[in-house]
Amino acid sequence: MRIEALVPLLLLALLPAAAGAGELRVCSDPNNLPFSNRAGQGFENKIAALVARDLGDTLKYTFAAQHETFLKRTLHAHRCDVTMGVPVGMEGVEETRPYYASSYVFVSRKSDGLRLTSLTDPRLRTLKIGVHLIGGDDAPPELALGKQGIVDNVRGFLIQGDYSRPNPPARLIEAVENKSIDIAAVWGPLGGYFAKHSPVALSVMPMTDTAGFKPLVFRFAIAMGVRKGDNALREHLDSVIAKERLAIRNILDAYGVPLVKIREASNG
Amino acid sequence: MKLSFIKPRAVIAAAIGALWLTHALADDLDAMSRDDKQWVMPAKNYASTRFSGLDQINAANAGHLGVAWSFSVGSNHGQEAAPIVVGDTMYVVGAYPNEAFALDAVTGELKWKYSPRVDPSSQGIACCDVVNRGEVYDNGKIFFNTLDNHTVGLDAKTGKEIWVAKLGDISRGQTLTMAPLAVKGKILVGNSGGEMGVRGWLTALDENSGKIVWRAYSVGPDKDVLIGPKFHPYYKDAQGKDLGMKTWPPGRWQIGGGPVWGWISYDPKTNLIIYGTGNPGPWNSNERPGDNLWTTTIFARDADTGEAVWGDVLNPHDLYDYDEINENILIDLPINGQMKPVIVHPGRDGFMFVIDRKTGQIYSADKYDNQTSMKSFDLKTGRPVMNDAMKPILGKNVTGICPASPGVKDWQPTAYSPVTHLLYIPHQHLCMNFQTSEVGYIAGTPYVGATEDIYAGPGGYRGEFAAWDPIKRQKVWAIHEKFPVWTGTMVTAGNIAAYGTLDRWFKIVDARNGKLLYRFHAPSGFVGQPITYQGKDGNQYIAILDGVGGWPGAIANAEIDPRVRNAAGGFAGAVGDLPAYTSGGSTLLVFALPHQQENAHAN
Repeated sequence: MRIEALVPLLLLALLPAAAGAGELRVCSDPNNLPFSNRAGQGFENKIAALVARDLGDTLKYTFAAQHETFLKRTLHAHRCDVTMGVPVGMEGVEETRPYYASSYVFVSRKSDGLRLTSLTDPRLRTLKIGVHLIGGDDAPPELALGKQGIVDNVRGFLIQGDYSRPNPPARLIEAVENKSIDIAAVWGPLGGYFAKHSPVALSVMPMTDTAGFKPLVFRFAIAMGVRKGDNALREHLDSVIAKERLAIRNILDAYGVPLVKIREASNG
Repeated sequence: MKLSFIKPRAVIAAAIGALWLTHALADDLDAMSRDDKQWVMPAKNYASTRFSGLDQINAANAGHLGVAWSFSVGSNHGQEAAPIVVGDTMYVVGAYPNEAFALDAVTGELKWKYSPRVDPSSQGIACCDVVNRGEVYDNGKIFFNTLDNHTVGLDAKTGKEIWVAKLGDISRGQTLTMAPLAVKGKILVGNSGGEMGVRGWLTALDENSGKIVWRAYSVGPDKDVLIGPKFHPYYKDAQGKDLGMKTWPPGRWQIGGGPVWGWISYDPKTNLIIYGTGNPGPWNSNERPGDNLWTTTIFARDADTGEAVWGDVLNPHDLYDYDEINENILIDLPINGQMKPVIVHPGRDGFMFVIDRKTGQIYSADKYDNQTSMKSFDLKTGRPVMNDAMKPILGKNVTGICPASPGVKDWQPTAYSPVTHLLYIPHQHLCMNFQTSEVGYIAGTPYVGATEDIYAGPGGYRGEFAAWDPIKRQKVWAIHEKFPVWTGTMVTAGNIAAYGTLDRWFKIVDARNGKLLYRFHAPSGFVGQPITYQGKDGNQYIAILDGVGGWPGAIANAEIDPRVRNAAGGFAGAVGDLPAYTSGGSTLLVFALPHQQENAHAN
């Protein structure tokens, strides 16, 4: 009976991917270090490998640029079951427990000795500042500067930039290196990683004096994301995150990610 | 009222017959567009009236319509394209991957198919589904754009590729979705991608080679915007040197938006092309103080050189994503007792603009639907009077902003009938609340953004098909629809007007009073553009592409990405019930009266 024989196969196909099923299907950006790339060199790649090992799964990637339709084309199209980095509180996905938290930072040349951390520092009115532009929505530092009327000395770098070049968000840090700007206001993992690998000595300072800019948030806790209702997979991931806290921290440290306490991140 | 674009048909039909025999003579597209047997460009004619003089199908017999034949364009995305008909052939292009087809306009027989190799990653770049708004014909060739920034010229007879021109780069956020316009041997193409840091432009290509003849940017120095000695703007805020730079913080114009993804009209008498530019981007409005010229601007340009002649900035320093890329209908209207050549521009911002075609003077700007974000439009200054209470400010909940970001009307084009003297307007009826709530994440950057919660306007309906009297400057009748009416429309001398709904109904109504004459429950929701033509069998047909999608319909053809603010918190929220009515589709539907259906089958 051909039809009956097919039934178990169909049922299997409908089940959510779970631990031990053989594959951990992850959607990643192929060109976005320090998070991920096609060669598996990002910290999200390393953490995904760690998770797959613990679950006894083989790791399988679907690569897609993290543009605005990323989730639609990947997770929600069932082309994968996990995406490695989503901020806690984001709608539309089911989150694991957060596995790290970071802060927006100022990146400047060490030789300039700015040691600038405060978002209300008066020097921000004259320094050439670079920020990332997202399009549609805005990164918090850009909005905080705008609220203070700091506009003319701020230059925008498109986060998606020219995607045909490696790691488009890196252009902002390169602008600090080549002195076309004095200081970058940037998300910590990007600033920390590119500063660490910069030929020019750079200083990475988490932003302070951010409270006056509420509801803007400058520290975010980051989790893994699965499809809503995929509780089995979420629970497996949660247990790995709990078990591997130290190993995850070591990976993040190796990438220069400036870490803050998860409970101090304000997006949760 | 006499309208200049209506001419005897027979003469033109004869001329076209001759042209089909030889390509030695250049086609007169203006003349061809007046031959109602054909529909040679999406807007029907250079005046963009989408009016046909055909009356075989009329208010008395439209109730007997039925499907004569259908055809699948093969990919279930929003089908926004207008089919076009040249001679006895219909040409149609689908949404991504933008396959183009030539069909016998009477029998539906496939004559040729052209499959461009469109870069799949362009799908991730387009903001609002992977749509294409249509093809255009000129001199034996078919021209259209692909999502990944190529303009294609094909031999209309064989479908053979003549040239492909690459005009932009998806890796820099650009896409092409608009239907080009052919004017005097040039193909006019504009880009999409305002939110992606694209610098908007309109480009003229040589129709024989695909080479760029001129490009007019929407932002930047005068030399890039093609502003020179010919430029005489009517209003003060558009007068001055290099305003496309000076109305921005330093350097910010370089990624200032103002894409040209909508419609272009052409006035052969003045040799002017007329079109509107999109919203400024990608910065939050408080980071781009200034008027942000030349975004949300209606431009009149010399069709040969692209030089600007006048420009009206309709939404200086736009706060609401009110692109002004909507169509411009070129008609003559009595202004203070005197007939004037004007432009009727149904604004995204909710004002019905009547603008002098030669000078850019705005004669009137009447609200044509519920509008709270602006109090009125000042005809002396050419600027809207803003309602400060409705200004979106991060950290503040602002409620009851009307219209919502998609505007009172988006790209979906209106039609004007010189018989009824009415303008037919498919549009949405939506308001929004602006709330700071959403945590988002793109390419490794978290942010706290604002959610636009979009919902039905007063009365509880979300869309409307309305008839507007441009002389009396008032609405004559209106049909309320459950969902935004996202199709174009067309109107005929038989006093029928056609449109489609997101919940799968194709409708023909009496152009005089809005009475429903015919409706057809189609495979999928409609976001296309209806056209009509007369086949070689002598019978009149009506055609439209069916397949839900576009900005409001993407929720029904695929799962929406919650990271897209305007999808998750915005439009998707406003049409969250749409998937209960429709799924995706890709069908060209051709309607005819009963005896015609038999003919089609016999052939």
